[in-house]
Amino acid sequence: MLLELTGISKRFGPVEVLSDVDLAIDAGEVCALVGDNGAGKSTLVKCVAGIHSVDGGEVRVDGEPRTISGPRDAAGLGIEVVYQDLALCDNLDVVENLFLGREKLRGIVLDDDAMEQLAAETLSSLAVRTIRNLRQPVASLSGGQRQTVAIAKAVLWNSRLVILDEPTAALGVAQTRQVLELIRRLADQGLAVLYISHNLNDVFAVADRIAALYLGRMAAVLDAADTTQSQVVELITSGRSGQLGLTDQNGARP
Amino acid sequence: MTTPVLPNDADTPQAAPPAPGAVQAVVDHAKDYWANVRSGEVGALPAVAGIIALCVFFGLSKPVFLSVGNLANLFGQGAAVACIAMGLVFVLILGEIDLSAGFASGVCASVMAVILTDWGMPWPLAIGAALATGVVIGLVLGTLVVKLGIPSFVVTLAAFLAFQGIVLMILDEGSNISINDETVKTIAGGNLERWQGWALLAVTAAAYGAIQIQRWRRRIARSLVHEPLAVVLARIGALTALLAAGVFLLNLERSANPQIISLTGVPVVVVILGGLFAVWTFILHRTRFGRHLYAVGGNPEAAVRAGVNVDRVRIAAFVICSGMAAVGGVVAASRAASVDPNTGGSNVLLLSVGAAVIGGASLFGGKGTVRAALLGGAVVAIINNGMGLMGLSAGVRFGVTGAVLLLAAGVDAMSRGRGKLFGRH
Repeated sequence: MLLELTGISKRFGPVEVLSDVDLAIDAGEVCALVGDNGAGKSTLVKCVAGIHSVDGGEVRVDGEPRTISGPRDAAGLGIEVVYQDLALCDNLDVVENLFLGREKLRGIVLDDDAMEQLAAETLSSLAVRTIRNLRQPVASLSGGQRQTVAIAKAVLWNSRLVILDEPTAALGVAQTRQVLELIRRLADQGLAVLYISHNLNDVFAVADRIAALYLGRMAAVLDAADTTQSQVVELITSGRSGQLGLTDQNGARP
Repeated sequence: MTTPVLPNDADTPQAAPPAPGAVQAVVDHAKDYWANVRSGEVGALPAVAGIIALCVFFGLSKPVFLSVGNLANLFGQGAAVACIAMGLVFVLILGEIDLSAGFASGVCASVMAVILTDWGMPWPLAIGAALATGVVIGLVLGTLVVKLGIPSFVVTLAAFLAFQGIVLMILDEGSNISINDETVKTIAGGNLERWQGWALLAVTAAAYGAIQIQRWRRRIARSLVHEPLAVVLARIGALTALLAAGVFLLNLERSANPQIISLTGVPVVVVILGGLFAVWTFILHRTRFGRHLYAVGGNPEAAVRAGVNVDRVRIAAFVICSGMAAVGGVVAASRAASVDPNTGGSNVLLLSVGAAVIGGASLFGGKGTVRAALLGGAVVAIINNGMGLMGLSAGVRFGVTGAVLLLAAGVDAMSRGRGKLFGRH
């Protein structure tokens, strides 16, 4: 397994946001993380990304126990996050955004040409054809193009696990399809993808496995092929569905 | 502008221009530029247009405005403000403001004057101390803003008041210290020899040309989208011609009485401004720090997530701002050959902020160049100089300068709105 989370818990003061969460993701698969608002999806992602520290449990990468105490640690392990609110700078152009924080230098001078070339190669390896001019400010791009840049930014760094937080939330139909295709392509290229979404149509379109969080606990992790949308909806809303899901009283409120 | 996204556009060709004719390439380039202007990326256009319009207006109403003597004079009058404005650009890019920059320059000038005149120390020490004072001021302001989270508006407003007091204390309750050191007076008062001006022009043009051509060739070598050679050459030629015209004019005799005292050559302060412009432009556009500065100004959250040390970048911007204020203070002191409690006071700060904004820096952050500060500084200097020549009162001058600042801020806000229309967020 590329990433293995065991018994992860996280509290903010008296509030336990995550309790005893297990999740494993392997290379080449898209794992969808679903759950209602406040179920702890974003917190879980931030724990893996090193933005929050975990209060309990173990994170293993390639079977090795790891402590991720910052975004740089996560990046060092090949974990990249594409955030919901698009961590792009509107006033910078596509290339500048792709390399932000990891600029290529010649001495102390920015090597913009090398960065532009590498950016063009990365985008074409992802079969991205929607972005013509790499030197236009990100502000002038459409929502789908911006999301593409954000994803390409995550892929540029020999990353092995890409975490996408609601990548299609603000997109139209055609643009959503483009982004979903891009996500599938990442997995086909051997990356592990953790995909957070509210939209079950999108989830079933792209995911190999579905992990459902309910009030900070992992209700179930299922193969997408053997699962129906209504089962997933029940897991999201009540934490259980028939034989699946949480069994104790805390988890299964009527 | 939003490119229409097709559901499946894998069959549309990627940007690979099939080597169009040279004329076509230039036309396309011009079209791209115009499209940028229309989408709100006005850049230096308003400032340049303003300079030309002002020159025509003042030249028609007061022909002496266009005399060579007045041209040289303009540089001296605008230099201090331009220096402070160059520093302010770094803070404005962050979306912050430094209201204390004017009096910070006064404090630094006072420090220099005391060391130079009262203590009789050599000039390098005095100027060094002034610059060091600026850096320390910037460190303190930056730390208060960044580490304590006090809005920069409040921190620097407090400093604005406090520095006024510090100047009074340094200058012993407001006495005037004159500066007699010839080297320091040369900064704003001296001129180059004629041949030095031409030599400097040659070096500048050669360096600029070499950099431009080298970049152009490197992009071709990597088969990246590049400008047509004609555009590159035209730019080099235009800059060289502009500088040559400037050197030629400034090398003319501009003394009213050439028999008694000859006054020719490029003012030293022009060289200083040019050097500062080159250094800060390089730092802003060609170094990692500059890139991070724009990133923090554009979206601090994104910068944090990209691993940028946001606090350090922001403190550095305040240090640069106050440091450049110190340079401005030294220039102002050199020009006046004295320092008094009003050095860096009165309208200096507002003119500097105005210069940066008129030149195209945005009060909303994320945008601004060192060139903007220089162009805006030129506009401000021309307005003051021209209205002075027309014999208008200080009251009218303040009013007009204020109106121009408001106009520039309006253009800034409107170009933001226009950008939104075209799909910017």
